Amino acid sequence: MNHLFHDVVFFILAAVVVVCSILTVTTKRILRAATCLLFVLFATAGIYFQLDYSFLGAVQLTIYAGGIIILFVFSILLTTPSGDRARKLKNSRMAAGLIAALAGAAVCIFLTLTHTFAPSRLSGGELPMKVVGNALMGTGKYQYLLPFEAITVLLLACIVGGIVIARKR
Amino acid sequence: MEYYLVISTIMFFAGVYGFITRRNLLAVLISIELILNSVDINFAVFNRYLFPDQLEGFFFTLFAIGLSACETAIAIAIIINIYRNIRDIQIKNLNRLKD
Repeated sequence: MNHLFHDVVFFILAAVVVVCSILTVTTKRILRAATCLLFVLFATAGIYFQLDYSFLGAVQLTIYAGGIIILFVFSILLTTPSGDRARKLKNSRMAAGLIAALAGAAVCIFLTLTHTFAPSRLSGGELPMKVVGNALMGTGKYQYLLPFEAITVLLLACIVGGIVIARKR
Repeated sequence: MEYYLVISTIMFFAGVYGFITRRNLLAVLISIELILNSVDINFAVFNRYLFPDQLEGFFFTLFAIGLSACETAIAIAIIINIYRNIRDIQIKNLNRLKD
């Protein structure tokens, strides 16, 4: 019963991801593209929750769906004149994109479905928060304090860079 | 497990298609977000199903999310600066920045 529920939820999430990610790149209005991206990110957070990575799901919701989408929506409203639509594409360019995407997707899906992975079953239950915290804040093997500090410096550089680039002269 | 990989593949190549065909800088950036997001799903899925006792994929995803937040913030700052200079963010007009 639990198994069936898992599969149904996965099917719904997969449908949302596929439909909305295709809509994101094909819709004419850019604000709609941003909205579809929001749904894709929500469904991705759902996938993380389903994999029992609740922390990752929460991070995905707060950073992507909460932060990045807001940035996108604001910058779209700032830079796009109202009623603007994507112009019709040249056929050659559209064909090039379509062929590249379809060929790549076909090769990758073929390889994924024919390759036999090591036997695997979702197991272990929820990843405890304590394990995540210990691994994130330790300096030993398989612990991640150094990348954590590096990314803090990166974020600081990003803040400074953003201010310097976007400020009014 | 394969089905997770299939949907992340579809998401990745939707992003590639958008990256090639879009004309608006912000739409290109949205496509890049799709690509990054699909790769994050792959890391988490491989970690969970093949190596459930370890956390490498988990932390790689965590740091990749942070990195993409940085990248988006800087890219949007650049795009707003471009808009301020040439009043347009279509890719074909970008060479007006040279004037």
